[in-house]
Amino acid sequence: MRLRRKRALWRAFQARRELSLVQDNTPRIRPDDILLVCTLRNERIRLPYFLKYYRDMGVRHFLFVDNDSDDGSREYLLEQEDVSIWHTAGSYRKSLFGVHWMNWIARKYCHGHWTLTVDVDEFFVFPFCDTRPIQALTDWLDNSGLKSFSAMLIDMYPKGPIDAQFYREGQNPFEIAEWFDSGNYMISTNPEYYNLWIQGGPRARVFFKDDPYSAPSLNKIPLVKWHRNYAYMHSTHMLLPRGLNLVYETEGGEKASGALLHAKFLNTFVEKTREEVERKQHYAGSREYLAYHNRLEDDPDLWCNWSEKYINWRQLEILGLMSKGNWA
Amino acid sequence: MTVGFVMLVHTALHRAEQVARHWASHGCPVVIHVDQRVKKERYQPFVNSLSDLENVVFSKRRACEWGTWSLVGASQDASELMLSRFPEVHHVYLSSGSCLPLRPVEDLKQYLAERPLTNFIESVTTEDVPWTVGGLDHERFTLRFPFSWKKQRRLFDRYVTWQRKVGYKRKIPDKLVPHLGSQWWCLTRQTLSAILEDPDRKIYDTYFKKVWIPDESYYQTLVRLYSDNIESRSLTLSKFDYEGKPHIFYDDHLQLLRRSDCFVARKIWPKAERLYATFLDTKINPMKGAEPNPGKIDRIFSKAVERRVNGREGLYMQSRMPGHGKEHGKTSGPYSIFEGFSDLFEDFEGWLSRSVGARVHGHLYAPEGAEFAGKQKVFSGALSSEARLRDYNPCGFLTSLVWNTRGERQCFMFGPRDNQEISWLVATDPNAQVSVISGAWAVSLFRSNMSFSEIRREAARLQKIEAEHLDILRSREVKARIRIWTLADFIESPMEPLQMIIDEIAPRNVRRLAEAPRMRDLTGFGQFLQNLKNQGMKPHLMGDFPMGNESDTRARSHKRPYLVK
Repeated sequence: MRLRRKRALWRAFQARRELSLVQDNTPRIRPDDILLVCTLRNERIRLPYFLKYYRDMGVRHFLFVDNDSDDGSREYLLEQEDVSIWHTAGSYRKSLFGVHWMNWIARKYCHGHWTLTVDVDEFFVFPFCDTRPIQALTDWLDNSGLKSFSAMLIDMYPKGPIDAQFYREGQNPFEIAEWFDSGNYMISTNPEYYNLWIQGGPRARVFFKDDPYSAPSLNKIPLVKWHRNYAYMHSTHMLLPRGLNLVYETEGGEKASGALLHAKFLNTFVEKTREEVERKQHYAGSREYLAYHNRLEDDPDLWCNWSEKYINWRQLEILGLMSKGNWA
Repeated sequence: MTVGFVMLVHTALHRAEQVARHWASHGCPVVIHVDQRVKKERYQPFVNSLSDLENVVFSKRRACEWGTWSLVGASQDASELMLSRFPEVHHVYLSSGSCLPLRPVEDLKQYLAERPLTNFIESVTTEDVPWTVGGLDHERFTLRFPFSWKKQRRLFDRYVTWQRKVGYKRKIPDKLVPHLGSQWWCLTRQTLSAILEDPDRKIYDTYFKKVWIPDESYYQTLVRLYSDNIESRSLTLSKFDYEGKPHIFYDDHLQLLRRSDCFVARKIWPKAERLYATFLDTKINPMKGAEPNPGKIDRIFSKAVERRVNGREGLYMQSRMPGHGKEHGKTSGPYSIFEGFSDLFEDFEGWLSRSVGARVHGHLYAPEGAEFAGKQKVFSGALSSEARLRDYNPCGFLTSLVWNTRGERQCFMFGPRDNQEISWLVATDPNAQVSVISGAWAVSLFRSNMSFSEIRREAARLQKIEAEHLDILRSREVKARIRIWTLADFIESPMEPLQMIIDEIAPRNVRRLAEAPRMRDLTGFGQFLQNLKNQGMKPHLMGDFPMGNESDTRARSHKRPYLVK
């Protein structure tokens, strides 16, 4: 495991050459700031709401890796004072889907900071997030001696065909994709890395019903008090050292956890799928996108009678998708 | 007469300054002890910021570490300074930098003036405290603790174990009876000075220096020597979680804190702007006169601890994945499984849902896919009926179903054709009610259109599977409510067992069953079993099913639905 971690860090170190600094606002980072690391490609339309959402939450600095966007994403970010950007034309697949890039940036800039690693379509929700900023959570985690915080990915989707409603820039995506699956998740433990493996939700239900094993993983550990020796292994699904993956209680109790609301299924998704199928830069030969592509032809409705309409974190708490643990 | 505050400060100095200023400007002297580990660059501005107030003084700084004598030493120094410097002080209140007064200072002064001789200090004998960290209560007083609990945990634990093994015991000084309690107290000048000026203080101090977490026991024990007038409760609202860490208050606790009528609360999150703004503003803080009543806050925090320690029964999720035997309940509510009933009775599901107020599914584990109630393709929680998805994690499918339908009892059919993987889960789950008519699957085979050789093969397969399943249901680890009849026994008198099962599902349903389920036509079934035997198979799970004409007549007599009054 130690070797694997070293190797991941070495890859990250090599990946530094692929990254060129476009805008460096990192000197502005103060010691207690909460940072956000994100890799993106052509997500211009999502950026304004994304930045607003996390600024309001209390994130102080954004570290973006731009994988060669050509839709003005980079130009938009250049105007922001709390944003640092790296550009790369490197292969997303070869960088282990951005993991090497992120590990490098985290190692260099996030040591000692609480660091949130998310995609542009992932929106972090934690207990009391409507009344407390994220610093309250990280202070509490510090106080409790915890170094990582899990947040399961919850796929949100609209009612009706995915491309029926158009997402406007700056709009809250969950005004459109306001539905989710509340109780069809399959969990197993991964003895190798100690993490939980969670699958299910609408993607398993609609796209992977014949091959559930290939359904995307939903377990994520996006919030970590970063140390330069840590490394993400597969996206943010698991980390090394392995102890960081023990975000769940095995003695019967519940640890605190949050959720990542996934705003993937907007009208932009159809376009994206077409592009990704051609680029083949995603996990396992983009098989996920191939599965979407095949099904999208018949314009599926992810919504069903038993879909749940999103209200707030308390609803997710009651449904058992996340937990307050002993935070009150 | 007034009350003086001793403040122990180590972080969030700007908040401590705010609170000290609040107290001092309302005529309460404040003595502040700042942890030695606070850097000079931060300490000096803090001192300067309070230099305009005459009744705020600073005591000698010590380096403080949790669980050690240093905290008591700091409070002793500061208390002595308070008593000598401010003769008008009648009560001394020990507080920390993260304390926040919830009621007007005048209110507290008046409250204490009405009780001039009362010491407010939680002081409980070691036998009666349920909340000690690390399971150490009386042993705090009899063992030695040279290692830090936070930094040298392993050494700490080993040394404790070793001492226990060897039987080492320190002697507790005469006269002392160990008491424990919250470290935040409010003592009268009389009692406090008696403690600090006792000629034996050196002996006591020497002893307590080696007690673990002496700030929870030093004053709490000694106060018993000097005063009979003890209110064993703290005026500071302070809640601890299961690891002994204090709960923290945030802006959204404002109303709760308001209604608690407590004088001081701790710990307050330093960035809780609204709390500080509200409670330090004398104009908009209307609390008055009432006795402290932290009941509601108590409940919230004890619920949080309960959630952390026990969790929600039957829930499996990203931060709760109980290991084997640690579940506190494998599923979240009772459910019923019927095996063989749908083979024997026509439309058993329909009959059952009319008889009990529960959700009745078909064969949830059928190889073709889950037969949800009403033939739905998707059910509660967006569970899919797809066989592959279900069989990917069959036990999770069941626990999810029961969790998703909390408050509504689920019933479903089961049989040897179905995925058997849930057998152990069901057998060891106290929430499961399992009723089995063994061998009833043969009725379906008997009525099927298959060729006899196929039936023969299928019968052998199903019998083997069901026999294994029944072995599990009869094993020693069983916790479920399990009833098993052979087919032959069951059709002797089908109504009694049915009534029994239904009563158990819906105990309030006092009326007798008005309608019996219609049994399938069993004419020729005895002969069918005999044919199987003739083909060299031994159908044993059905019991002794009578052969030939006799069985036919009995079967016919049951064919008509009848009423039982």
